[in-house]
Amino acid sequence: MSSAPAHLPPAVLMQGVVKRFPGVQANDGVDLRVLKGEIHTLLGENGAGKTTLMKILAGFYQPDAGDIQINGRRVVLASPKEAFAQGIGMIHQHFQLVGNLTVSENIILGLPGPFRLDRAQLETRVQALAETYGFDIDVRARIWELSVGEQQRVEILRMLFRNVEVLIMDEPTAVLAPQEIERLFGIMRRLKEEDKSVIFITHKLEEVLEISDYITVLRRGKVMSTVRPDKLRQDRLVSTELARMMVGREVILEVGKQPQEARGELLRLVRLSVRGDRGEVAVKDMSFQLAAGEIFAVLGVAGNGQRELVEALAGLRPVQGGQAFLMGRPLAEDRAALAYVPEDRLHRGSIPAMTLAENMALTRRREYTAGPLLNHRRILDDTRRLIEAFHVMAPGPETLARQLSGGNLQKLILAREFARQPALLIAEQPTRGLDIGATEEVWQALLRQRRQGGVLLVSGDLKEVLSLADRVLVIFRGQAMDIIDLNRDQNLDRIGPLMAGLKIGT
Amino acid sequence: MRISLQKRSRQPWWFGSLVVLTGVLVALVFVGLLFMWVGVNPWQAYLEILRGAFGSADNFSEVLVRATPILLCGLAVGLAGRMLIWNIGAEGQLVLGAMAGSAVGLFASPHLPGILVLPAMLLAAFAGGGLWGLVPGLLKARLKVNEIITSLMLNYVAILWLEHLYFGPWRDPAGRGFPGTALFPKVACLPRFWGTRIHLGFFVALAAMVVIWFLLSRTRWGFEIRAVGAGPEAARYAGIPINRHIIWVMLISGGLAGLAGIGEAAGIHLRLQQGLAAGNGYVGIIAAWLARLHPFWIGVIALLLGALAVGGDQLQIVTQVPSAISLVLEGAILFCVLAAQVIKDYRLVLKRGPRP
Amino acid sequence: MEQTLVFLVKISITSSIAVLYATLGEILTERSGVLNLGLEGMMLMGAMTAVGVSIATGSAWAGVGAAMLVSGCFALIHAFFAISLRVNQVVSGLALVLFGIGLTDFLGRHLIGKVPPVLHPAAVPILSKIPILGPILFEEVPLVYPAYLMVPAYFFFVNRTRPGLSLRAVGENPEAADAVGIPVEGLRYLYTFIGGLHAGLAGAYLSLAYAPGWKEQMTGGQGWIAIALVIFAIWDPVKAALGALLFGLINALQFYSQAAGIQWLPSYILQMLPYLFTIAVLILITRLEGLRHKVEAPSALGQPFERES
Repeated sequence: MSSAPAHLPPAVLMQGVVKRFPGVQANDGVDLRVLKGEIHTLLGENGAGKTTLMKILAGFYQPDAGDIQINGRRVVLASPKEAFAQGIGMIHQHFQLVGNLTVSENIILGLPGPFRLDRAQLETRVQALAETYGFDIDVRARIWELSVGEQQRVEILRMLFRNVEVLIMDEPTAVLAPQEIERLFGIMRRLKEEDKSVIFITHKLEEVLEISDYITVLRRGKVMSTVRPDKLRQDRLVSTELARMMVGREVILEVGKQPQEARGELLRLVRLSVRGDRGEVAVKDMSFQLAAGEIFAVLGVAGNGQRELVEALAGLRPVQGGQAFLMGRPLAEDRAALAYVPEDRLHRGSIPAMTLAENMALTRRREYTAGPLLNHRRILDDTRRLIEAFHVMAPGPETLARQLSGGNLQKLILAREFARQPALLIAEQPTRGLDIGATEEVWQALLRQRRQGGVLLVSGDLKEVLSLADRVLVIFRGQAMDIIDLNRDQNLDRIGPLMAGLKIGT
Repeated sequence: MRISLQKRSRQPWWFGSLVVLTGVLVALVFVGLLFMWVGVNPWQAYLEILRGAFGSADNFSEVLVRATPILLCGLAVGLAGRMLIWNIGAEGQLVLGAMAGSAVGLFASPHLPGILVLPAMLLAAFAGGGLWGLVPGLLKARLKVNEIITSLMLNYVAILWLEHLYFGPWRDPAGRGFPGTALFPKVACLPRFWGTRIHLGFFVALAAMVVIWFLLSRTRWGFEIRAVGAGPEAARYAGIPINRHIIWVMLISGGLAGLAGIGEAAGIHLRLQQGLAAGNGYVGIIAAWLARLHPFWIGVIALLLGALAVGGDQLQIVTQVPSAISLVLEGAILFCVLAAQVIKDYRLVLKRGPRP
Repeated sequence: MEQTLVFLVKISITSSIAVLYATLGEILTERSGVLNLGLEGMMLMGAMTAVGVSIATGSAWAGVGAAMLVSGCFALIHAFFAISLRVNQVVSGLALVLFGIGLTDFLGRHLIGKVPPVLHPAAVPILSKIPILGPILFEEVPLVYPAYLMVPAYFFFVNRTRPGLSLRAVGENPEAADAVGIPVEGLRYLYTFIGGLHAGLAGAYLSLAYAPGWKEQMTGGQGWIAIALVIFAIWDPVKAALGALLFGLINALQFYSQAAGIQWLPSYILQMLPYLFTIAVLILITRLEGLRHKVEAPSALGQPFERES
C-alpha cells in the first residue's frame, strides 16, 4: 500500500483517455489513478492498450480525448521532454539506449550543459548516483557490452538522473532471468520508499501478485477492473477469472467438434531446446507427442517460447538440443509433410506486394513447375478455385495480397497450406485480429485438417483452445507446465493459472 | 518544424502516372531555364535535341547504338535490383567483359576457326563480367558485406587494370595516337547493319531483354528472385535459397554488363581504348531505377536516354551548348521522379512539431 | 635520400588535402545518419565555383567562400530528398553526382583555360623554422593549414563535447535521441550542409591551389575515394587523416617513380590499393564479432527517420 497520506492529490490521474489509430481503438475511455509511493501494475494481453496509455502519459503520443493531472494539476504532455519536466519517465520494452555510447554518455544524452564533456566529472556523478541505489555498473562501459539486466538498470539510472517521480516500465521482466527479476523488484521497492511511483506493465500474473499495490486490468482498450492483490490471493476463483479476463473471448462459438479417433503418431518432440534471438533459453526440454486425428494445442501468453518452438519445427531456427520426429523420421531431414501457417500474416505468411496467385505459389512452387517453367495458367485456375472454396473475398487471383482484409488473407494462407495436403499443419495464432465470421471459418478449416491429419495449434486464446483442441500443453517460460486431455479431464479451471505460471492444486 | 509524410487514401489509377509526368515536366522547365540563362531559346534547344535523335534514320541509328550498352547495364542493375541487391559495379563489370572478350579477339582468334571467334568472345565477355560481379555477390552472400561499396570499389580497380593493359602489355605496337590496343582483326569485330553503326550487340541486348523478362516472369527461378525482393522474410519462410540466388544473380548481372563491354569494344571502337568506361554502368542504374526494374521499360528508358545523349551531342554541334546538358537533364528528371514517387503515395504535411 | 623523403612527404600531404576535407565532411554527415554519395558532384561544383567567382572578383578567398556555400546548398538538395522526403539515399546521392557533373560541364565551359587568382604558398611564421618538419608542414598553401587543426578538433568535437554526443546519438539511434528531445531532422540537415561545405572547400583547393584552373571532371574520382575513405577510417577523423595520407602517399610514389624512372610496385597496382584496402576493411568490419559493435557504421546510416505520433 502507498505510504503517502490519503489527502494528497494522486501523483497521476488519467481520466477518459481516448486514443485511436487507423483501424483500432487503442484506448477507449480509460481512467487511471496512481498515488505517490505506489507500485501500480497495468495488466492485459497484447493489444489491450497498456503501452499506448503509458506512451500518452510519457508524452510520446497525444490523446484524442481525456485529461491528465499530475499532482492535482492539469497538464498537457506534448513531448517526452515535457513529461520529464513533470517528473514522468518511461522505460520502453526496447531500451532507448545508444549501443555505441558509454553508460554515462547515455545518461546525460539530451541534458543541457557545458560545451565540453568532462568525462571524468560526469562519470563520478553517475557513479555516485548508481552507488546510492546500490547498482554496480561500470559507468565507462559501452551499452552493447552490458547484459540485458544491466542495461535495464542503466535505463532506470537515466530516469533517476532526471529526477523522475513517476517511473513507467513496459514489460521490464520480459527479458530478465528470475534472479534479475528479484533484483528489479528490490529496486522498485526502494523507489517506493522514496515516495516515487512506479507504473509497471506486464502480462505475467505471478509477478503482479508479488509486487503490486494496485492492479488495473485492461482489455481491448477498456479498463476491466482495478483490484488489490491481496484480494486476488485469497480467492482462487478471482485469480482464474483474472487470467480469463486477460485472454478470454466473450462469444462462445458452437464448433461442432466430432469425436475423433487418434491414429498414428505424427510428431514427437524429445527434450527439445531452442534459443531465442538474444541467446537466451526460449524453449527448454520440451517433450510431447501429437497423433493424427487430433488438434494438439500449445497454449500460453505470447512471449513464453511458442514462437521459437514453432520456428524450430518449421526449420527457421536452429535446434539447440533434443530431437523432433515427423512420422517417425527426423524432422530436419524431411519437412515435406509439414505445413506452417505463421502468426505474422503480412511479413512472413504472405507477400503483400504480390498477387494472390503468386502468393499461392509461394510455398507450393514445386507443384506448379514443369522443368524450369512455372505453369501460370494452372496457378491462376487453382487460385480461383481455392478462393471460392475458402470464401476469400477478392475480385480475382490477380488482386494484390495487400488489398485483402486480415481475415481474407488468413483464409488465403490456410487455403494454400491445406492444398499441400500436409500430414501436420502448424497454425500459429490463426484467428488473431479476425472477426467472428472469419474466426468461425478458420476453425472449420482446422477441424477439416483434423480429420485428414493433425494440427498443432499455437494460441493464447483459452476459449479457442477449449473449443477446438483435443489436448493442450500449457507453456510458460519455455517449459511445458502440464499436458491436459480436454476430452477426459473435467478440472479445467486450473488452465488459466497455469498459463500465468501458477500450479494451483493439481 | 518538420515535414511529415501521411499516406494518401486510394487514388484513381491515373494519379500516379500524372504525378510522375508532372515531375518530368518540372525537370524540363528547370533545364529550360538553364538554357535561357546561357542565352539559348529553350524551345529551339529541345527541338534540336529531338531532331538530333529522331530527325533522320541515321540519327536514330545512333540512338540505338548509344542505347545498347545502357540497355544491357540497365538489365544488369535491374535484375539485381529485383532481389534488392544494389549492383553499382556495372561499370567495372562492363570493363572486365570488354577485357576478357578482347583477349579472345586479339590473341585467341588466330587459333580459332572463323565462325567460333565471335561466340567465343561473347562467352568470354559474359564470363569476365560475371566473375567481376561474382566478387561482391559472394561477399554479400557468404560474408554479409554491403555490396554498394564493394561493387563501387571494383569499378576503379577494373578501370585501372584496363588502363594498365592498353598502356602496357597490350599496347598497340603500331602506336596510333589514341591510347589503346591494336585494332581487332576483322573476324573479331561485331558485324554492323544497314550501313550504320548498329552492331550485333544491339540484337544481343534486345535478346537479353526478352530473356531476362522471360526468366523473371515465367520461370520458377525468376519467381523466387522476385519473391526475395518483394518479401524477404516470406521468402525465407518459404524455403527459398536466398544466398544461392544472390550468387547466381550477381553472376548473370555482371555477365550482362560484360556483354555491354564487348559490344562497345568490338562493335564500336574495334579495339580496347580509352573511353571504354564512359559511364554506361552508372546510366544503367538510372535507367533501371526509372523503369522500376521492369525489363521492357528498361528498354524504353534506355532508348530515351540514348536519344537524350545523341540529341545532346547534336545540340552541341548546332548551338555550342555543351552536350553535358543531357546529364543535367537526366539528373533533374531523376530528382523530380524521386520526388514524384513520394508525392504520389504520401501527402506532405508541415508540422509545427511539439518541439521541446 | 633526405631530399627524396622530404619530397615524398610534401607531395603526400598536398595530394591528400582535397580528399581529406571531403572525407571529414562526409564523416560528419554520415555520423548523423545520412549517406551522401554525391561528394563527387559537390566537389566539382565547388571547384568550378571557386574558379568562376575568384576570376570575377579577383579574390581567391572569395572564390573559396563561394565554393563552400554553393556546395553546401547543393548538399541541401540531397538533404531535402533524403531527410524530409525520405527517398532512397543511394539514388538521391547518385542523382546529385549526375547533376554536379552535368552542371559543371555545362556551366564551366567558358572557364576552361582561364587562369584564376592562385593561392600562393605562405609560410607560417616561427613554425616554419622548425628543423626538418617546418619546411615540410608549414610552407604550404594556406588552404592546407586548417586541415592540421581540423583533424584533432573534429576528433575532440565528436567524442568529447555535448553537441558531438548528440551527433553520435542521432546517427546511432535516432528514436532514442528524439525521445530525449534532440532535434534529429534538424541536426541531419545541419551536418549534411556542413558536409557540403567541406566538399566545396576540397573542390576549391583543387582548382585554386593544387591544379589551378578549371577542367571538366577535374576531381577525377576523389569524391568516390572520399566515400571509401570514410569507411576505411571507420568514421573517425584521425584515421581519416591517415587514410588520406596513404592516398596522398600513393600519388607521391607515382610522381616519384615517374620522375626517378624506377618502379618497385607497378603503378597501376599502387593506384588500386586505396580501393582494395577499403574492401578489405569493410570485410573486416562486417565479420569480426568483437570488433563489430565497437567500430561499426553509425547504426541508423541511410535510414530515414519518422516519428510516430
